[in-house]
Amino acid sequence: MCGIIGVIDRKMNKMDGSSIRDALSLMNERGSGEGAGYAAYGIYPDFADCYALHVFFDNLVEPKSTVDDMIQKWGRIVYQEEIPTYQQPGLKRAHVPWRYFFKPYSDLMTGSSTPEDDIVKHLVMHINSDIKGALVFSSGKNMGVFKAAGWPEDVANFYRIENYEGHIWIAHNRYPTNTPGWWGGAHPFNLLDWGVVHNGEITSYGTNRRFVESNGYTCSMFTDTEVVAYLFDLLGRHHKLPEEAIVKALAPPFWDEIDSMEDKEHELNKAIRLTYGPALMNGPFAIVVATQNWMVGFTDRIKLRPLVVGENGDRLYISSEEAAIRVMDPNVQKVYMPKAGEPVIGRVIE
Amino acid sequence: MSLGSIPMRYRVKIDREQCMECMRCIDNCSYGVFREENGKIHIDSRNCTVCHRCISMCPRDAIDLHERPVDYRSHPLWTPEAREDIINQARGGKIILSGMGNAKPYPVIFDRLVLDACQVTNPSIDPLREPMELRTYIGKKPKQLHITKNEAGDLELETELSPNLKLDTPIMIGHMSYGAISLNAQLSLAKAAAKVGTYMGTGEGGLHEHLHPYQNNMIVQVASGRFGVDIDYLERGAAIEIKIGQGAKPGIGGHLPGEKVCADISCTRMIPQGSDAISPAPHHDIYSIEDLAQLVRSLKEATNWEKPVFVKIAAVHNTAAIAAGIARSSADAVVIDGFRGGTGAAPKVFRDNVGIPIEAAIASVDQKLHDQGIRNKLSVIASGGIRNSADIAKAIALGADAVYIGTAALVSMGCRVCGNCYRGLCPWGIATQREDLVQRLDPEIESEHVANLINSWTLELSEIMGAAGINSIESLRSNRSRLRGYMLDEGTLEVLEVKPVGA
Repeated sequence: MCGIIGVIDRKMNKMDGSSIRDALSLMNERGSGEGAGYAAYGIYPDFADCYALHVFFDNLVEPKSTVDDMIQKWGRIVYQEEIPTYQQPGLKRAHVPWRYFFKPYSDLMTGSSTPEDDIVKHLVMHINSDIKGALVFSSGKNMGVFKAAGWPEDVANFYRIENYEGHIWIAHNRYPTNTPGWWGGAHPFNLLDWGVVHNGEITSYGTNRRFVESNGYTCSMFTDTEVVAYLFDLLGRHHKLPEEAIVKALAPPFWDEIDSMEDKEHELNKAIRLTYGPALMNGPFAIVVATQNWMVGFTDRIKLRPLVVGENGDRLYISSEEAAIRVMDPNVQKVYMPKAGEPVIGRVIE
Repeated sequence: MSLGSIPMRYRVKIDREQCMECMRCIDNCSYGVFREENGKIHIDSRNCTVCHRCISMCPRDAIDLHERPVDYRSHPLWTPEAREDIINQARGGKIILSGMGNAKPYPVIFDRLVLDACQVTNPSIDPLREPMELRTYIGKKPKQLHITKNEAGDLELETELSPNLKLDTPIMIGHMSYGAISLNAQLSLAKAAAKVGTYMGTGEGGLHEHLHPYQNNMIVQVASGRFGVDIDYLERGAAIEIKIGQGAKPGIGGHLPGEKVCADISCTRMIPQGSDAISPAPHHDIYSIEDLAQLVRSLKEATNWEKPVFVKIAAVHNTAAIAAGIARSSADAVVIDGFRGGTGAAPKVFRDNVGIPIEAAIASVDQKLHDQGIRNKLSVIASGGIRNSADIAKAIALGADAVYIGTAALVSMGCRVCGNCYRGLCPWGIATQREDLVQRLDPEIESEHVANLINSWTLELSEIMGAAGINSIESLRSNRSRLRGYMLDEGTLEVLEVKPVGA
């Protein structure tokens, strides 16, 4: 179950959230009204240099003051406000969504090549695992996640996502089967600029979780998708693997295929499987991952979940259903289904 | 006053109506249970070890064998075994020797762990129709890869990998030396390892020339006695294993009595014929992790850094910290041998009381290596009491890369786990060097049996993985969320980091 959709405009032309809301709603059969969410890139041009920390607070007293104290030790809050929301009849408000625009003091994180990112990562891990009543659900720059437990249209209307304009959007309609339907469990999952929407269940969760945790991440959201965001951060940001290599690590070719490759390719693929075996994701999944200037979609190695791609000019769409893409773009061209494990990557053309 | 004899344990009977007096039982029993007198078969049940050779070879199914309950005064503490051991030691003044693995009824943790299976929302995978990958690489992996993109957009690998052993199945055959077992038994195991695409250990007895054709599937062992170790031996192995400890007897060395050191064994071990082969408990050049690192690196240097080097330790209380040290010693794999590990000969008090279960050891080692961010630095091999494919799946889910089997491989060659290996009279031709007994074991046939066992367990592992929706062994490794503990105490669950059933 679950419905996913993502779109990137390669020339960075902005799209508001109304059409992706409609596309996601079309896939309501894939959801259960217990979770939906959207992530958009390029939505905060006025604070483009700040990390936009979106936080769910259970109340604005204890958890918020603890979070305020915590983040102010590590940087400066440039601006903060409650994320504007609008009451919806079908959506029960469980948390107060808040956003901080935050600039870390990079000299506080020594020994890191990306100190600002590492400060924010540290804050996210720390707040999410140790501060009761607070959950950072979005922490990238010039991007933001908007999610809640509800149907796609209710969640979209709750945040009025048509008021945001971005060049990449990803969205998710949730049908929870393993973990409870709660605001934190809704997708997209995010860390720094990485946003993830996922349809499926990751049977290698225990292995993947141990792997990311041994690399300094803390899983605190009781769900398998969380590790995907951390895997991308680890492999993409820390290990600096190119996008294709990350996907090869997470959904590698089978050994039979690797064995029949030419020497150089064989060595590369073997090295990836040996080194990143614990990052290999198993089980049925279709995933779309976005970051500032690219978006990738791929499925598990035997394609136990659907994924459809459509293109139209500068726009690339990836979704569980062709019909959803057609809601966003009735004139979409080149509709096709990628092979199992094959990444479909859309990049911004600078 | 005499202590008298202790009661006999087993009663052997022959159904005289069925028996055709073919005397095969006499020929087959190396322990002297049967003898001929005046054309009739006489029985001395006291000599029986329950090796079942006679029963298996009787053409008329005429032999019956029963455990004989002994009517000591029942007592919960002073069990018959406790009393008999005392009587034997009072009489002999010696350490009691034993063979095979721990024979005490400790609860088996494996039997209190249950595996997971997919239902509805997460499809199980059918290994008959979909690829199922059990290929395993044993050895050091880098913490991360350096991959760049060239101008044409192709990915370029900048990192060089350490040598790894490629296994078609995560099941290997553990170290049983020539001396502890017969050459025919070693040959059977070696042929089987080559057939199924895995590896076997030579043990500390050197590498007999008859095994040279299988050297690409053999791991040569360097124990404290350094028996059979020279540069030729090291170069022949696919990998080298330094044996520090053994699950059946942690903290003590090995001893092959001089009477077993025949010409062939003397050649292979490079020791004089008839001399005792004593492997001391410590390696006399290893008193710290630094010393161990020196030996690891010396062996690598000697073999041009082309072969993985393993270190085998017995599972003891601080195994996790030791394994973390081993990870930093340049070793490529650590073998953890649990307290149910088998042996040719060990003091009974060690076999039954020293060490810890492999399940807990693997879990704590895996956890420690993960905590320190060095899990990629070495592979973890679990051994000691692996009885079936479920044990293997559970060991891997607890954090092992692969397992060594020992006793199970012997059982597939006929061994009945009678526990008398140390007497050198094994009627199945396995744990003996007596030529007539060794000849009973046909390496062609027995290699087939061992290979069949490994193949069937590999198939079962595929099914277990498929049921869990996993098509690659990497995703089972350390995947403790696919396990639940049933009737395990909270402390053990915590060490295993496994949730209880229903959670």
